[in-house]
Amino acid sequence: MSKPVVATASLAGCFGCHMSLLDIDDRILQLIDLVEFNKSPVDDIKKFTKPVDIGIIEGGCCNSENVENLIEFRKNCKILISLGECAIMGGLPAMRNGIPIRECLEEAYLNCVTVDDKIIPNDPEIPMILDRVYPLHEIVKIDYYLPGCPPRADLIWEALTALLSGKPLNIPYEALKYD
Amino acid sequence: MSKITFEIDGKECTGKAGQTIVEAARDNGIYIPVLCWYEGMKPAGICRICTVRVGGRFMAACTTPVAEGMIVENEIPELEDMRKAIVEMLFVEGNHMCPTCEKSGNCELQALGYRYGLMAPRFPYLFPKRKMDATYTKIMIDTNRCVQCRRCVRGIVTKDGKHIFSMTNRSGHSTIVADPQLESKMSDELAKKAMDQCPVGAILKKEVGFAVPIGKRKYDVTPIGSEIQK
Ligand code: SF4
Ligand code: SF4
Repeated sequence: MSKPVVATASLAGCFGCHMSLLDIDDRILQLIDLVEFNKSPVDDIKKFTKPVDIGIIEGGCCNSENVENLIEFRKNCKILISLGECAIMGGLPAMRNGIPIRECLEEAYLNCVTVDDKIIPNDPEIPMILDRVYPLHEIVKIDYYLPGCPPRADLIWEALTALLSGKPLNIPYEALKYD
Repeated sequence: MSKITFEIDGKECTGKAGQTIVEAARDNGIYIPVLCWYEGMKPAGICRICTVRVGGRFMAACTTPVAEGMIVENEIPELEDMRKAIVEMLFVEGNHMCPTCEKSGNCELQALGYRYGLMAPRFPYLFPKRKMDATYTKIMIDTNRCVQCRRCVRGIVTKDGKHIFSMTNRSGHSTIVADPQLESKMSDELAKKAMDQCPVGAILKKEVGFAVPIGKRKYDVTPIGSEIQK
């Protein structure tokens, strides 16, 4: 029987959630026995090459590329997991949500004391910034949520192994945290 | 004081006349979640997280006195889900970025989220526009995190009985403010008391922060309520 396929991505995140995934320590060897990785920064596969069982996404959506990537994941993954505070509620990037986008751009590219050539970048190659940062589940359907900043390694491990084995989720109290 | 016998979730309990359900439950080793209630403060019945069912009716356990023969339902799935929904509403109604919050680990709202195994709220985030006011002398008020329990309004008073905190504006715009003059004369102890009595990170004492390391904070290893539950 072929192994379940896992894909991961970091959208508007800091890669901390991916770091926490690596933080499962030597269980990473078990994980590699259990699953096969497809599109993911872990193996640097850039495009989906087969249908994926579990997609794991860190970071919310702050620009058009994040949205395209997320929709691509939803299309290719049977189960989609929202990993970490940014994916679930926007996190740190969402601290700009109360500030109009023009004000944000002007502050960063025009008024900031350290900028030299005062231009707001507008190259077609650069993804369009969204009016605010969106949690993943406001854009596509999400099947599971794993909170934390970053989510504790034990939480990720527990959730993944429960999903893979079909056993009920049994999260230790210390593993569910929002910080 | 006369003794009262009553029942919570089938367990025989005893209380004293004049005690509320929340108080009597505590004496009997039963936890009923609270947010606006604070030990020693007159109950206000604001947050409704303590809602129990008595004789088929929903009641705030913090304001309802115990009565002889009362049958109280507390830890039943229907109520637990309603309470979880209240926690979720409070999360989406404000801006709660726990990773950046000084109260994280010691926060009662967050701890209730942990207790109920809350992974993500069922309601959409509102991202309201709220203010943070650091112009005070002893404290900061971050209304992004305020759950409007009014513990500060009710419980923080000067030696001569003046209330330092109050609500301003109405309805969805109501916010907590402090009287700048009274606030500037607050002792360090009173400022600390204000911070400690606020269930969330809306009132912070200036010049200290993140004093307790992760792992040693109030709700890092034991759930809220476990100190009461027998
Ligand atoms: S007040 Fe509590 S729930 Fe809100 S951000 Fe701070 S720790 Fe999190
Ligand atoms: S500032 Fe704190 S204590 Fe005061 S009403 Fe808001 S949440 Fe309650």
